[in-house]
Amino acid sequence: MKRISTLETRNLTASATEGGCGECQTSCQSACKTSCGIANQQCEQLKDCE
Amino acid sequence: MVHLFEKNGFHIVIDGNSGAVHDVDEVARDIIAAYPHKGKEEITAEITKKYGDVTADDVHEVFEEIEELKKRGLLFSEDRFRGVAAKLREKEPVIKALCLHVAHSCNLACEYCFAGQGRYDGEQALMSFETGRRALDFLLEHSGSRRNLEVDFFGGEPLVNFDVVRELTAYARSVEKEHGKNFRFTLTTNGLLIDDDVIDFCNREMSNVVLSLDGRKEVNDRFRRTVNGKGSYDLILPKFKRLVEKRGGKNYYMRGTYTKANTDFVSDILHMADLGFTELSMEPVISAPDEPYALGEEELPVLLRQYDLLGEEMDMRRKAGRPFTFYHYMIDLQGGPCIVKRVAGCGVGTEYMAVTPEGDLYPCHQFVGDPSFRLGDVFHGIDNEALRERFRGRDVYAHAECDDCFARFFCSGGCAANAYHATGDLNGVYRYGCELHRRRVENAVMLKVSEARDARAAEDGGGE
Repeated sequence: MKRISTLETRNLTASATEGGCGECQTSCQSACKTSCGIANQQCEQLKDCE
Repeated sequence: MVHLFEKNGFHIVIDGNSGAVHDVDEVARDIIAAYPHKGKEEITAEITKKYGDVTADDVHEVFEEIEELKKRGLLFSEDRFRGVAAKLREKEPVIKALCLHVAHSCNLACEYCFAGQGRYDGEQALMSFETGRRALDFLLEHSGSRRNLEVDFFGGEPLVNFDVVRELTAYARSVEKEHGKNFRFTLTTNGLLIDDDVIDFCNREMSNVVLSLDGRKEVNDRFRRTVNGKGSYDLILPKFKRLVEKRGGKNYYMRGTYTKANTDFVSDILHMADLGFTELSMEPVISAPDEPYALGEEELPVLLRQYDLLGEEMDMRRKAGRPFTFYHYMIDLQGGPCIVKRVAGCGVGTEYMAVTPEGDLYPCHQFVGDPSFRLGDVFHGIDNEALRERFRGRDVYAHAECDDCFARFFCSGGCAANAYHATGDLNGVYRYGCELHRRRVENAVMLKVSEARDARAAEDGGGE
């Protein structure tokens, strides 16, 4: 019986070298303007791959 | 920095350093909770005693799974990203986003407005085309190799200066190709001046529109009133509906503010969902603590429970085929931001700046009006380098309080303006906001766990 199911998540260590292009949306330009929703933004590189 | 929690009937583990998420049962939860503090024999004895149907072999299987996840860096992982912060501080920043305050003037007089009814503690003012064009040129000049440039038409109410918005958009489109850039525009509006002309323009040129509505009529009209004191709900709702209907799937958000007067704000979110809007955002009011509508410690447990109720309702509606999006719950676990962005934060004062109608530069819209945060202007550039340096050093590792928080790579240390206004220190933390945001992250992750479990069940069912 499987007691731990791991969801697929982005490999943050790998993203340290492949990321950092800065092309993604600035979080405050989207919807809130009053708090910090960094994790809500999509990676522009991965979006292009879709 | 392993965080275990129970939400909506799910037991969930977030490994804060790697961002890994695990859906576990009660047995695995108890073992993971005990793992850093106790020996295997002791844990095995405790678990087999607590759960009559769990054998020592079962417990050892969980140990093996934990050790495999540790080896893969997905559980009890170390923080490996301080070096990312060091590199960021060496990098010359480029500017990629501007919040253009095209109007320090508003046709509503919302009592709770953080912008002081649009004037930001100053005089009423409209940005001229010349100043706006200079701001766009400033952005082009300082954006380095960034292709995507973002401009938010903000205020006050930007549509009171719609001609300039339209002219600036046309100017940007006329020069973007020769500079190898792509402008992405957004517009934040209270809706009063929306007409078919505005709708066609927004749906053609704006990659996102943010439409301000607080929810139920009585809630919206409590604060969002015209200068004559009339509630705005009946005036704006048909306009918002028409704009969204004609938007053809392009991004928009209905964006509300909740206060002490509607701590049951989930009813307002659901009101908007029931009106047929599917992209929703709702934020706590930003105000001085002595305002009658300010949120205080007394409201906090109520608000936290509201975020849970919202998570439960959204999970239920997704299963029923009636999903909607709530901005703070739209975490993308696979396609979300890289660690560089998670460490760097929102870019306030470095990548992102606000421009006043006169062309003055501020780190963001929430600092506008405070002269000690003036960075320079779009005509002469940044002349307060010391201030910019303070923002450059403000990454997630600048906040000692965040070191042991599971959510730090979801919020990057939080909003600088909130921290400054709450503590007087840019590198402080706004604890109230942290409490709310941790709860939002828990619910956002819960929704992903629920989706993943349904997907697994569908796969298993499909294989039969």
